[in-house]
Formats: sequence, structure tokens, C-alpha cells
Amino acid sequence: MLKAMLGEAWYAMGANRLRTALTMLGMVIGVGSVVLMMAIGQGAQYAVAQTISTMGSNLYILISGSTSAGGLRSGGGGGPSLNVGDAEAIAELDGVSQVAPVHQGRQQLVHGPNNWSATVVGTTPAYLDARAWTIASGHPFGDSDVRSATRVALIGQTTADNLFGAEDPVGKAIRIQQSPFVVIGVLGQKGQNLDGRDQDDTVIVPLTTAQRKIFGTPFPGSVRLIMVQASSAEAMPAVEAGMIALLRQRHRLRDGQDNDFYVRNLTAAADSAAETTRVMSVLLGAIASVSLLVGGIGIMNIMLVSVTERTREIGIRMAIGARQKDILAQFLLEALMISVAGCLIGLLLGIAGALLINTMIDMVIVISGASVLVAFGVAAGIGIFFGYYPARRAAALDPIDALRHQ
Amino acid sequence: MSQPLIRVVGLGKSYRTAAGPFPALRGVDLGVDAGEFVAIMGQSGSGKSTFMNLLGCLDTPSSGDYFLAGRNVAHLGDDELAALRNRTLGFVFQGFNLLPRMNLEDNVGLPLVYAGVEREQRRRRARQELQRVGLHAYADSLPSRISGGQQQRVAIARALVNSPQLILADEPTGNLDSHTSEEIMALFAQLNRDGITILLVTHEADIAAHAKRQVRFLDGLIVSDITTPAGALARC
Repeated sequence: MLKAMLGEAWYAMGANRLRTALTMLGMVIGVGSVVLMMAIGQGAQYAVAQTISTMGSNLYILISGSTSAGGLRSGGGGGPSLNVGDAEAIAELDGVSQVAPVHQGRQQLVHGPNNWSATVVGTTPAYLDARAWTIASGHPFGDSDVRSATRVALIGQTTADNLFGAEDPVGKAIRIQQSPFVVIGVLGQKGQNLDGRDQDDTVIVPLTTAQRKIFGTPFPGSVRLIMVQASSAEAMPAVEAGMIALLRQRHRLRDGQDNDFYVRNLTAAADSAAETTRVMSVLLGAIASVSLLVGGIGIMNIMLVSVTERTREIGIRMAIGARQKDILAQFLLEALMISVAGCLIGLLLGIAGALLINTMIDMVIVISGASVLVAFGVAAGIGIFFGYYPARRAAALDPIDALRHQ
Repeated sequence: MSQPLIRVVGLGKSYRTAAGPFPALRGVDLGVDAGEFVAIMGQSGSGKSTFMNLLGCLDTPSSGDYFLAGRNVAHLGDDELAALRNRTLGFVFQGFNLLPRMNLEDNVGLPLVYAGVEREQRRRRARQELQRVGLHAYADSLPSRISGGQQQRVAIARALVNSPQLILADEPTGNLDSHTSEEIMALFAQLNRDGITILLVTHEADIAAHAKRQVRFLDGLIVSDITTPAGALARC
């Protein structure tokens, strides 16, 4: 029975090929654009998620500065208000998993005939954990290196490429500000951060070494930044409030006095970036869905024409014993076949388009099985939804009226 | 004889028109036994086609009762009516009403699709019926490739394919020349000899002469009901 009906639906579609093809084209364009837009949107989301995951999770950065001394106000980094003691005190707070004081700046590096400018980060081993930074080769430095201010360095991939080329940097020496450092490890690759800066163009050295040999501060123990990682996303608000209260107390700030430091929530920045791309992909999908809807209306339109044209045929079928549900099934099946066939072609074109974009402009494209399934389900749903009304109309015809129809 | 195959009691049908209800049938009583060959006669507008459509379960009466094989048709739902049209009776139209896009075999086999018969069996039975009407050589042709008389034979094969007890034919020779009409009538006579009950509507006396019984309609009522010489001969 179903096979016979499928055959008939195929026949009916073939009876007016151009019309069937044009109706299908509506679905092809609709499904194709949904698949393509979802691929682009999900690609953007994936790219942002990739970037965020290189940053480390649940992070706060405390930035020293924002002092107001004798009426002279300056912004972040304006004064050495944070120190290593602050970092140690914050580490004692509940919900804090990693704390790393940071002193950083751009410096010229020299290895043999090569020289290169990179961001030098003076910090503690906790920094690598907080930023979820792996070691590609060699080994990291430990707390003892920080205590004794040894001249060891971990270098990023970009720095390694520029200073050493194909050479293995581990065990080699580089010079920063006239001081020789031994490279003990190369960091894993991270790529760009959310601001578009190359995170691999860096050198990490023990905090104490950086302060004494590189930056040379008149305020021993002071740091520019403290990186704080909360143990979980839920713990973040409590950690933020606790840090601010603690620092105000340690810096002896009276009520009404401004903080002499900034708190920057990196996770919030990441969330807003992720939210932006999510909204963008929803928007793309919504616009594409409109064309899918228009395709569905095209199917309904043609099915209504078809029912009117074939009224007499419906009457004949009823006269020889077709039940209402047989007629309903016949027209529904026809609508379904048009939409599913259109969907398959649209799917292929959408995927082809996505791959084309990927190769031509090197944009990240993600075609998930879910988006393909959704497009397919929606197309089938559209076939049934927009095919039902015309089919119902055909099935509800009175046999004698249908037979008399010219 | 047990119960008649067809029994109608006080059957009436009126159509709504701009000038108020128009009674096409005004209370018809008739009984037809299995194996009969009845010609329904009358001028156009006499109500004979309306009567045929009611018998064929294509239309519903405004009043009265219609018993087909002992069942009151008024009490049946749409699906049961469809099943009656599919299995108990076969309808032959004046305009043949074959589906133009299907070949003859598929046209003849179409009622079997709605009866839920498998494809192989459908083909076999469709070819068998085409053979019965002498057109098995054209099984793969489209209806447009054959003559009107041949199309009507195919339509008869389609009516026969689900082994109905009753064939209803509404002016089956109306679109055919007299020679072809004779051939079609000979086919009906043969089917009747094979035991199938036949009711056919016609307004031509020489066509009606093939039947064993002639029922004449005028203004929505039966005015005469006679047994023809052919019928009388068959009874003795």
C-alpha cells in the first residue's frame, strides 16, 4: 500500500516537472541557507570558545593603581599599590584556587645573532595553573626558583620561533636587559586572546628575578597585577567581594575612599564575547528560517493548486473505494516528498557552500550533526504542516461533487 | 429467494437551488434480486442518474432507506461507504473516468490498492480482468492511446477487478457509436450470464432491450417496471 502510494506520489511529481522543481527550489534555498547560516554561526561560537578556553577559567585580574595622592589622580597601573603580601593574603580566602602576582612589561630578548621583543611576565608557578598553560617541552620553574630568584625562563612558541628558528631552545641561554637566562621550557601554543593579541609572544620568569634583574622597582615586593582564579563559577561573587574587602582593609582605605586597585572579571568579558556570537548565530538562523517558511508556503500554494486541478481524479478514486484517509495520505505524501527531496538537495548545497567559504576565506565552519538533523526535521515538519491543509481539503471533498467537477 | 440484493424504500433526494429545494427523487420503492439485469430508463431530468448515484453510495439520500446486501446504507460511516464502493459494487461511468497518467494495468488495479492487495496479486488480477474484456495486449498503454469503446472496456474491467456482486453503469454507451455500444452491451450480457447483477441507466430503447427488466422513471418517480421478452425467456 505505502509502496504503491509512494510510486503514485513520484508519478504526480513527475507529471509537472518544472512546477515540482520550482516548488522544491523554495525548500532547497530555505534548508540550504539554514544549514549555511548555522554552520557560520556555530563556527564563530566555536572560534570564540576556543579563544576563551586558552585564557583560563573563572579568572579575576587585580590591577594596581587608581591612586589619589594629594589630589593627583591616576588610573590603573598608576601606582604600585598591590604587593606580594596582598597576593598571599588573597590566597587564604575561601573559594580561591590559584593566586599569581604578576609584574610584566615588553623587553628586548637576545639569543646569539637574533633579537626579538616580547612580553616578559614575572610571576609564580600558580600563573601557569590559573591560565591552564601547558609545557610543550622542558619543565616549569618551581617555588624555589621564585624564592632564590634564579635566572630561568619559559618561552612562548612565537618567541621560540623568532629567537631560535628550528633550534631546540631548551637548555639554551637568552639575554634580557644584559642578564643571561636559561630557557628551561617551551610553553604550549594558545593563539590569540579576545583582544587579538598573540599570547604566545611571551617569556615567563620567576617574579623575584623579574623584579630584581629586569624591571628594577624602587618598591620591592610591589606588583602590577594579581591574577586570581576562583575554584568555580559559583564561587566567583563571594571571592570578588572577599578580595575587595580584604584589600581595602590591608590598604587602610576609609569608607568613602576609592579603591586603589581595579578588579577585572575576565570571565564576564569572555561571557559577553560568547553571548555576542550566540546572538549572532541565532539571528542568522532566524533570518534563514524565514526563507524556509517561505518555501513551506510555496509547497502549500502548489498543493492547493494541485488539489483543485485533480478534483475529478479525487472523485474517481473515491468512486472506486478510496477512503478519506487514503486521499489525505496521498496528498500529504506528495507534499512530504517535495519537502524532503528539497531538504536533501538544500542540505548538500548548504554543506558545499560552507566548505567553499571555509576554503576561500579561511573562516571556521562547524557543521554539526544536530544542525543537519534539525534542518531535516523542520523540513519534514513543514511538509506535513503546509501539506495538511490542502490534503485535508482534498479528502473532505464530496465524491459526487468531485466527480462532476470539470 | 432470500433477501433482495438492493431494496430501496421511499427513497427521496432534493437539491437546493436558487428557486428553493428541487425534488429530483420523490419517494422511490424498488427491489433488485441478485443476478438481475435491470435497465433504468427515462428522459433527462427524470431522476434516474440521481437514483444511480444514491445506489452507488456516491451521494446520500434526503429521505427514505437504502438496503444494500441487507445493510442500511444510511447507518454507515464514510470508511464503510468507501469499502462498499470498493468491494461490493463497481461503477461504470459515461465518460469512462480512467486516470490519464496511468497505464491500463494500473488503472484496472487501482481499486485493489485501496483494498490493500499486494502488488504482485494486483498485477495478476488486473491482467486477468483485462483479458476478460479482451484488452490484455494493451496492459502497458496509456488510456489516451486506445479508442473510446476500448476505454469503456477497461473501465468495466476496473469495476470487475475486486469481484463485486453488483455493477452500476450510468449511460455506459452514451459516448459511443452504435456498433461499439452493441459490443459493450454484449459484454454486460456476458457478465450477467456469469452471475453478476447489473443495473444500467440509459435513455435509448435499443440499449435497454438487452436487459431482462426495464424500470422507467418520470419526474422523480417510477412509472413502469416490466420484464422484457429476453427476461421472460430467461425465466422459463
